Amino acid sequence: MMLREWIARGLVTLLLAAAVAVALLPAGDAGQAAEVVELHARMPENGGWDRTVLYAVAGQPLRLRLVSEDVVHGFAIGRQATPGLDLYPGEPVETTLTFARPGTYTFYCTRWCGANHWRMHGVIEVSAAPGAAPLATDTPAPQPLYLQLGLDIDAPHPAEAWPAVAPVAARGASLAGQLPAWARSREAYLTSSPAGMWQRLRTEASLGRLSDQQLWDAVAWIWTQPAQEIQAGEEIYRSDCLACHGQEGQGDGVMLRDLSPLEDHTQMGGQLVRPPDFSDPSVLLGASPARLEGKILRGGMGTGMPYWGPILDDEQVAAVIRYLYTFAFPTAESAAAPVAVPGHPDSHGGP
Amino acid sequence: MKASIPSSSGPAAAHTSRGWRRDLLRVPLAGVGLRSRWPQFLLRAITLAGFVFTILAGLFGPAVGSHNFAIIFVWIAWWSALKLVFIPLGGRAWCSVCPLPMPAEWLRRGGILSVRRPGPGAGRRWPRRLRGRWLQAAGFLGLGLASAVTLTSPRLTGWVLLAVLLLALVVGLLFERRAFCNYLCPIGGFTGLYAQAAPLELRVKDRRVCATHAEKTCYQVCPWGVYPLALQDNTACGLCMECVRACPLDNLALNLRPPGSDWQTPRRQAPGETFLSLAMLGSAAAYAAVFLGPWGGLKSAAYALGSWPWLAYAAGFLGLTVVTVPGLFVLFTAWSERYSGRGRPLGEALAGVGAALSPLGLAAWMAFTVSFALAKLGYVAAVLADPLGRGWNLLGARGWSWGAVDLAGVVPGMVIALLLAGLAGAGHMIAARTPGRRAAAPLLVFCLLYTLAMLWLLVG
Repeated sequence: MMLREWIARGLVTLLLAAAVAVALLPAGDAGQAAEVVELHARMPENGGWDRTVLYAVAGQPLRLRLVSEDVVHGFAIGRQATPGLDLYPGEPVETTLTFARPGTYTFYCTRWCGANHWRMHGVIEVSAAPGAAPLATDTPAPQPLYLQLGLDIDAPHPAEAWPAVAPVAARGASLAGQLPAWARSREAYLTSSPAGMWQRLRTEASLGRLSDQQLWDAVAWIWTQPAQEIQAGEEIYRSDCLACHGQEGQGDGVMLRDLSPLEDHTQMGGQLVRPPDFSDPSVLLGASPARLEGKILRGGMGTGMPYWGPILDDEQVAAVIRYLYTFAFPTAESAAAPVAVPGHPDSHGGP
Repeated sequence: MKASIPSSSGPAAAHTSRGWRRDLLRVPLAGVGLRSRWPQFLLRAITLAGFVFTILAGLFGPAVGSHNFAIIFVWIAWWSALKLVFIPLGGRAWCSVCPLPMPAEWLRRGGILSVRRPGPGAGRRWPRRLRGRWLQAAGFLGLGLASAVTLTSPRLTGWVLLAVLLLALVVGLLFERRAFCNYLCPIGGFTGLYAQAAPLELRVKDRRVCATHAEKTCYQVCPWGVYPLALQDNTACGLCMECVRACPLDNLALNLRPPGSDWQTPRRQAPGETFLSLAMLGSAAAYAAVFLGPWGGLKSAAYALGSWPWLAYAAGFLGLTVVTVPGLFVLFTAWSERYSGRGRPLGEALAGVGAALSPLGLAAWMAFTVSFALAKLGYVAAVLADPLGRGWNLLGARGWSWGAVDLAGVVPGMVIALLLAGLAGAGHMIAARTPGRRAAAPLLVFCLLYTLAMLWLLVG
């Protein structure tokens, strides 16, 4: 009788101990677990990344275990070519990163996980390996053009002029040979707004016989070269910008569809302003690529615009700017339509 | 005596005054297994460990509901099994392996298999005022108020399960017999109610043998406080088999029987039971609306615990389950009673017809479960493979697929069949409990309206 009782008690104890042990023992084998850094992702409203600073040593692998706790998130390192990882809820992903150079790297979420998705940033502080010979110091990267030019990217930038009918870049191509050399320089493109360029070309005596519309066609041609850059820009726009700025650049993205001015947007950093309509010529024709670059790198402008500086590299920013201008200079098929009468240029703080 | 049924079922089958019965205790292997304490003890030890594991998985496992063992096992696997298998086939069979009362019982009697201290009769009596199904109904409705969050939040599920385990322990240590199961367990209430449908019953074989047995050993050992001779239906019996093990005269049987046998003979139903039955009808409809309905706003409100929209939802939920559905039934019963010409007080009339709601409620809950849970069974493999979200793939279960069964095509048919069967059962019982068609009509209208509402909610 007593033996049976003790067997029964032993069984209950054993099963309970097994249940508790399996549930609470740390994951994986101890040797591995010590080296793996676990990084949990939650929607920003619920806390975002559970760590916003990770530490690594240059040249030494950083093993990460990425876990999404709610919806689909992504993980990528800014300004790096490595493709991002998708993090499905409940399906942990392991990855190993090795940074060749010390520095501060930004990691961020690549999936539109919610209205505050773009807030899901963190940094990886990579220190030099102890005892490593100090690396030859790189020449410091030049300041972005908008800072060199001292542009106030928060100021309104209404277009000084706009075409009566949407310009056609393809027609402008035939005029390329007549353009003065300065107008075809990269510097002129970067520092001029399309409207500014048009005004300057209008004052050129050599172009006096071209009509206003022909000049606009030429400007459109300058702004939409080369095509590969536009294509690269479109990809970035689709993954990073479209959710707010909308399919056609009209500022009607899905993240803002239900935006009402009465809602409290303090969580979005004070206020959230509907982005401008890029298809309105008075918006983009007044903005130089340098100005747009500033807006993209720094973000803000009193809107919910994120800062992309730590995420997009220079080429990517240049490409996305090229793509943006296609909203002002539509492709040949849609070009025949007359340009919409511009709205109120002053109301737009910026893209 | 129903002589028309062919008696081809062997020596253990019998035709009593209640119809066909076959005693499972006389089936050689089953009989040994049911009498021995070991199989049941092992199952209970496993369910207890499983319960503790589930609590821990809920509290510390993945925060994503569809990947958390606690959510999937409690609300999809167990909850569905309870309503689709245990209750319709085994009545209170789940109660016979449920771990909840065991820790207190083992502690109180100082042993698991051997008993050193006074048995189940020890402890305080449960207060008379708190008897009946009222607290169980309240508990079930209380869970319903937070159901949207509980069903999706592993943490809350973990806390709820832990609270239930502790409550069962404390109540079990303080009060006699299975006070928690009898008066508090939110599941026990409707399990007992719908167990009447099951094709399984524990009953005495020969009433005369009991009448002459003065010791009443069965009653002394019954953890539920049931005297088997007095059993008229399955509601109170937890199928623990203690009476079978204790009876010196071998006068107990675990019978297979035609389903719904308890519903054949009209009996008075306690008001608490009728209320529970009506609350179950109301909550099946509410759950169907919240979880399967097309109303996003309702879902959000049910989810936003503590907010104003949630308060409105809570008021609506309680209004439906406590006021509207019971109120309508009282109204229709009063109407029926006017036509019956019997002139009974309303309470008596309700006690007489209340039982007819059981097939309706059981069918509604089964139909809801079929709609709600079948499509989610695929998650079970995933949480079996990786119950703690550690990236495991135990038994290679991650790859298991339910894809072979096209459930979407089968579900509406099953739902309609279940609801119609429930309506037919209710109609049959109403006919047996009312004098004439005019008296039956209002109650039939009530059942028809409810069935149509459920059809609308579940099938559209």
